[in-house]
Parts: sequence; structure tokens; C-alpha cells
Amino acid sequence: MTPDIDISAALQAKVLEAIAQGRPLQIAGGGSKIFYGRAPQGEALSVTGHRGVISYEPTELVITARAGTRLADVEALLASHNQMLPFEPPHFTANATLGGAIATGLSGPCRPYTGSVRDFVLGVKVLTGKGEILSFGGQVMKNVAGFDVSRFMAGSLGTLGILLEVSLKVLPRPESEQTLLFECSALDAIQRMNAWAGQPLPLSGAVFDGGRLYLRLSGSEAALSAARQTLGGELFPDGTAFWRDVRDHTYTFFQDDAPLWRLSAPAATPPFDLPGEWLLDWGGAQRWLKTSCAAATIREITAKAGGHATLFRGGDRQGAVFHPLPPALMALHRRLKAAFDPHGILNPARMYPDV
Amino acid sequence: MQDPASQVDHPIPNKSVLITALHRILPSSAVLSDAEDLRPYECDGLSAYRELPLAVCLPETVEQVRAVLRVCHDMSVPVVARGAGTGLSGGALPLANGVVLSLAKFMRILEVDPVNRIARVQPGVRNLAISQAAAPYGLYYAPDPSSQIACTIGGNVAENSGGVHCLKYGLTVHNVLGLKVLTMDGELLEIGGAALDGPGYDLLALMTGSEGLLGVIVEVTVKLLPKPERAQVVLAAFDDVVKAGEAVGSIIGAGIIPGGLEMMDNLAIRAAEDFIHAGYPVDAAAILLCEVDGANEEVSDQILKVREILKQAGATEVRTARDEAERLKFWAGRKAAFPAVGRISPDYYCMDGTIPRKRLSEVLSRIAELSKEYGLPVANVFHAGDGNLHPLILYDANKPGELERTEEFGGKILDLCVAVGGTITGEHGVGMEKIGQMCHQFASAELAQFHAVKHAFDPQALLNPGKAVPTLHRCAEFGAMHVHGGKLSFPEMERF
Ligand SMILES: Cc1cc2nc3c(=O)[nH]c(=O)nc-3n(C[C@H](O)[C@H](O)[C@H](O)COP(=O)(O)OP(=O)(O)OC[C@H]3O[C@@H](n4cnc5c(N)ncnc54)[C@H](O)[C@@H]3O)c2cc1C
Repeated sequence: MTPDIDISAALQAKVLEAIAQGRPLQIAGGGSKIFYGRAPQGEALSVTGHRGVISYEPTELVITARAGTRLADVEALLASHNQMLPFEPPHFTANATLGGAIATGLSGPCRPYTGSVRDFVLGVKVLTGKGEILSFGGQVMKNVAGFDVSRFMAGSLGTLGILLEVSLKVLPRPESEQTLLFECSALDAIQRMNAWAGQPLPLSGAVFDGGRLYLRLSGSEAALSAARQTLGGELFPDGTAFWRDVRDHTYTFFQDDAPLWRLSAPAATPPFDLPGEWLLDWGGAQRWLKTSCAAATIREITAKAGGHATLFRGGDRQGAVFHPLPPALMALHRRLKAAFDPHGILNPARMYPDV
Repeated sequence: MQDPASQVDHPIPNKSVLITALHRILPSSAVLSDAEDLRPYECDGLSAYRELPLAVCLPETVEQVRAVLRVCHDMSVPVVARGAGTGLSGGALPLANGVVLSLAKFMRILEVDPVNRIARVQPGVRNLAISQAAAPYGLYYAPDPSSQIACTIGGNVAENSGGVHCLKYGLTVHNVLGLKVLTMDGELLEIGGAALDGPGYDLLALMTGSEGLLGVIVEVTVKLLPKPERAQVVLAAFDDVVKAGEAVGSIIGAGIIPGGLEMMDNLAIRAAEDFIHAGYPVDAAAILLCEVDGANEEVSDQILKVREILKQAGATEVRTARDEAERLKFWAGRKAAFPAVGRISPDYYCMDGTIPRKRLSEVLSRIAELSKEYGLPVANVFHAGDGNLHPLILYDANKPGELERTEEFGGKILDLCVAVGGTITGEHGVGMEKIGQMCHQFASAELAQFHAVKHAFDPQALLNPGKAVPTLHRCAEFGAMHVHGGKLSFPEMERF
């Protein structure tokens, strides 16, 4: 681990300077998710120097760390106390930082079963586009004083503020983990994944890769062996590597230059009538599609099912990467952006053209 | 008490013009304006604060809600949304120059989708009714506030309510997937839905716990969970509250996340036992209720572990519920703790601070000292696993000055929670009640940021104005009173 450093004063000076000169800044963590969102604009402001774990108390189930801390370092520390980040954040590369994980709001395969990034955010210290350092939430499990600005920061792609510190709820690692394998069709997989999710089973992952359904179970030995009785299937020996590869997009499906779409829809939605190759994650609630199909078609079909579509990787990064919002919601986004970053200097247009 | 300085300045509307306008858009039975009809709405669960509004509206359709909002918007009349009125912080307290917008008639469960495991409901649906509707499918809605037979899902979202099973299954914010919200100018926003996320900012996070300040919730989509195969509860008695607190840390430290982990002190135990006859040990200084749930074998395993940990932590008695009936009895005592305390005292005042669990013993000792100083007994009930305290201060409002002393005592408890790194409210909200303590928890720059968020939704500050977020002016006044003689409360406590 690299030494702890607090550079919040220097970062604040940079933001004040940028405000004075009307110069946009692109907030740079480890660069592991730089492909995500609309193309970055502005002068790079690195936050990786702002790092270190500030407090961690295993019995309180809370960790607080500076945003530039490497995600891998945070997870290694937690693992040494047999705990984990319960939302299984994608790293994509070894440089991934904690701040980037929160700002992109991406969660791994366990998301439908344990929760998303924002579900585990307890508090943040944030440097806003006004150049102010503000604290919201805290280190306690329950806190309803004031609007929940800390959870609101998750997934805001640095367009509202530069995350300086984050407090997260952590959980014990499961006693054991097993992956089961089933051969089936996509429709069959969707039905099975949803039927199982409606039963009290220790599920922590459900992926269909086009030919096989992978089901991960996490919990006590007793719970796992009981679940295996109910579920059947074949025991898959390389589960750990498989789930990491799905999480970090190093799985073979993702080794491709075709534009990659992420469709988020109600989990039991039947297979979409869209051409391309599919990988279904989150028990069907998150679907990856490699396709050259037109954005408008993808969005129309996803929206009809009650979902939304993101051009996750590749394709036109200057265009509508995220699903367009209805006018009233878009206007509200602009007003909220202005409430935190009135000069529009933080990651401008990373999410929507004027947000 | 309600302080006029905390109310945002809105002109006093002409009552008869307003009533006429409301009658034009609603059936006559849906507009109340006579004092005796308004009386049932004068307070919420915090009955020490009372106020009569100009009118109460009881719309039945989203279009009617929109029409009410438009009338009030055009006349600059403040609007206070109201569910069942069980809130404990004066969030639904009417404003004298405002309208109460009751969502009580929105009682329909629109859809239960067992395959996608969601329910779409109107905001006035009672919390428990959702679980009842989902039960035939083996599903339930997890957050279970003790008020669940009465409180509405709209109120739950507005307060981000919790319950005795939050430690494992989360608060309202973790269990809501979608909202339909009307803004003050009558715009309908659809936020999230039946998918696990939506595009853009996480407005669900912002709306949840916003205490009716950002929009009126007209529909809620919640997540349903499969009922665990088995749940089992252990009751442990302790001769010392501190030991009970330490046992909580040991259970979690052992890697066990119980479904519920609750603590009650002696006064609360006796009150609950008198009322419910749950079989609680009335001589114990404290009891812990620890519930584990999951697969049958797993529960058996964990119960053994929990029992062992509790004994090691010095429990004088460890009792596993013999059957489902006894399990429910143990919980019934806990869930009825507030009304039970209500039976032994003319009035009680419920506090809601949250602290880092490791500071529990010092906070409890300090509360006990303050209780002596003020001569007011305190019964303690907490969501121990989450560090969320509910000290109940027993008082008699008919004794002159006693309410004021109770409020001062309560304020000190909240200051204490902030001083040890906690918060003034874990689940009941700020409302009107803790508006002063907000100045203590947040610096003015953060409060200004809250106002900026509010402004983005409701630029004229017509939705529940004066609640939840104090004006900086209000804080200046409160601060002058609070840091009396230049002394901070609890200078001896380490500050975070
Ligand atoms: C005996 C007792 C036990 C309790 N136990 C718990 C507990 O265990 N956990 C817990 O968290 N709370 C508890 N509470 C507090 C209370 O029940 C909750 O805060 C509940 O969520 C309030 O719901 P309600 O429908 O009564 O809302 P109300 O009291 O009517 O309103 C609460 C707030 O929500 C706003 N609001 C209501 N409906 C809407 C809407 N549709 N749109 C926008 N804003 C709205 C109101 O303006 C107000 O600010 C308890 C209360 C009592 C009396």
C-alpha cells in the first residue's frame, strides 16, 4: 500500500482556480473507467494522490477511505478481517480507485441479491463545483438528517462534485461459495433465475452466457448443501475466476470491439428481439448486448419493457450514451447540476450534453 | 414548539378564495375547512405540536392531486403532504397558512408481480398491507416499522423508515425501486421503476427521506423478498446494560448478521411485559432479542453460535423461542414498546439518535445521569444492531414547565449523539421537532446545499416549508441560545 496523503487543500485550490478562469476539469481516478460515459472534457485533475484508509472498524461494519485509495487496497484490507464490499464493484483494471467505483455507481454480479453501490454508501466528503468541501451522511448505519446527498453522489459521474472521502457499510464474507452450472436456452434461463430468486435460496449471482446458466450460492455450508438439494445442476469448479471475469469484463464474451450495450430491465423480461450477442447478468435484470443495431431501436425496445439502455463501451462517445430523459426530468437534472456545480466546471457533459 | 421564525414567509392567503378554488376541483366531501373537521389533522404522532391548517384536501386521483398543487402553487399556499399521521417528528404538522394534502384515499395495491418480485402501490397503502398482499406468493416487503399496521408507504418513503429487521434487510431506501412524484408545479416525474436502476442521477436516493419537501409521492414500486425458510429468535437477559451492548458487538464481530437485533432496558421491559405478557424477565437490567433467519440448517447452526456468544458475554439467561407463537410473542413485546410506555406515563417523548455502537455504554451512562439531573425517567428501546437509540423520556404535559424541560433534556441527548460521531435522527426524521439540532449537526455551507437541492425541486418553497432543513437565520438564533455563555454542551466528549 502507498502512504496516506491528504491533498484536499490542493484539490480545492485547483477547483477555485478553475472557477476563476472558467476552465472545465475532468476528474481523473485510476483511469479504469475512463471509457464510460460521454467523452471526458477539460483539463485532467488527478485525485489518485488523495489516498489512504481513514478509519476501519470491523465490528462497526464501517470503513472510511479517501477517494483516491485503490479499490484493490480497500478490498485487501477488508479481506484480512474476513469482510468485503458487498456490491462487488468492477475494477476493470488494477488502478481502479474507490472514488471511481462510487462515482460510476457500477455494481457486480451480486447486485440483485445483496444491493448496489449506493445501498452501502453511508457518508461522503465532497468538493463541489463551488469549491466548498461539504460532509453528508456519516459513519453510522442509519441517518435521515437532511437530504441523502451521499447516496445521491453514487453514479453521478463526478458531475456534481469531487468525492474526497467515502464511508461504506461492509459485510462479513460468506463462509463458503459454490457455482452451479445448467445447460438451457435463454428463455429457460430467465424463467429459472427468476423462479429461484423468489425462493429463500442463498443466491449471490446468476448469469446466462448464451449456452449455460451459472448460479452462484454464498452462505454457510449448511445453507449451501440444502440449496444444492433443491437446485440440482452441476458443480462448476472455476467459479471464483468466472465471477471475477464477468465482473471485470475479462470474460471471453467481452473480448470484442463491437459496441457494448447495457440494458437494465425488469428481471423476468423475455429475451429481447434485438440482433447481436447476449450475456444476461443479475438474474436477467442487467443484459449485455454486442450489436451494431441502431441506438434508437435498442432504446425503444428496452423502454417498452420498462427498462433503459446505456452504450457502455465503444460506439459514438459524443452522442447519447445514456438513455435520454423526458423533458421534465432532464430539466430537473440541469437544475441539480447547477445546485452543485453552478459554473459547470466538473466533468461537463460526461452524463448528458449539458450535465 | 413551533417557532414562527422557521416558517418561510408566504403571504397569508385569503381563506375563502382558496376554499372556493379547492371546491371547484374536488368533490365537496374532499375539502375540509371547518375547525371541527380540521381537528383530527392538527398533529401527527408528535402530539405536543399542534396547528390547524386553512384546509385539508382528500383527493382520490393523481389528476386531483395535481389540481390541488396547481391551485396552491398559483396562490402561493404552502402544502403539507400527509399519510397516516404516525410520524414522530412533526413532519406532517399543518402550517397555519397552508393546506394539508392527505393521501389517505390512495389505498389501492395496483399490482403484485411475483415473478419480477415487485409490488406497485398507491402512497396511502399501509405498510403491512403490502406484505399481506404478497404473502400468497411466499414474498414480503422487508422494512417493518413498529407502526406498520397504520403507517403508509408514502410516509415510509418520505421518512426513509426502518424497522426491527433493517440490520439485514435495509431501510426503505434499500427496498424501493420506483416512484411517481408530482412536483409543486404539477409536473409528474417517473423515477426508476421495475428495473434495478434508472438512467441519470439517483433521484430515488434524494426523494427517500425528503420529508415531503421535494415532491408529493403518488405511486411507489417496492421490491419484494422471499420469506426466509425459517426464523428463530433468542432472548438473552443481562444484569448490566453495558454487557448487553458488548454482546451486540460480539455477535456482529463473529460474522453473523442477524435479521433483527434489539435491546430494551429494565423500564421498557417492565412496561412491555405488563402490556403484552411476552414472558420477558422483569428483573433483567436489559434484554437482547436476536433473530436469525435463513435455511433451516443454517438457522440451527447460527442459533447455537449466538447462544454461545451471549453466554460468553455474561447473559444471565438465554432463551430460544420454543415455537413460532413464542417467537411472535417476543417480538410483539418489542413492537409494542412505545404504547406500553405510554401506559405507565401520562406522556412520553421519543428520541431517535444513532451512534457508533462502540460508544453505547458511555452514551447510556450519560443519559442516565441526565435523567437524574432532570428528574425525568427514561425507558430505552433500541435497534441495537444499527446503533439506533430510542430513549423514551417520561413526562406529564399537564405539569407546568415539564414539556419544556423534557425537550431540553431530549435536545441534550441528541447533542450527545452528534458529539460521539452519530446523528440526531436514524429513522423518524427531522420534521419540525429537530430543526434546531440540524444547526448543530451541519455547518451552514451544508445547510445551504440542502436549500439549493430544495430549490431545484421547489423554487418557491411551498412544499412543507420550515421543516427538515432550517434556514440559516433560524440557526443563528438557535446557536445564540444553544452555546449558552460560550460553553458547548459536553466539552468533555471527543468531537468528530
Ligand atoms: C407507535 C409508533 C411506532 C413507530 N415505529 C417506527 C419504527 O419502528 N420505525 C420507523 O422508522 N418509524 C416508526 N414510527 C414513525 C412513523 O410511523 C413513520 O415515520 C412512518 O413512516 C410515517 O408514515 P405516515 O404514513 O404516518 O406518514 P405521516 O406521519 O403522515 O407523514 C410523515 C412525513 O411524510 C410526508 N409524507 C407523507 N406522505 C407523503 C407522500 N405521499 N408524498 C410526500 N410526502 C409524504 C409528510 O409530509 C411528513 O413529512 C413509529 C410511530 C409510532 C406512532
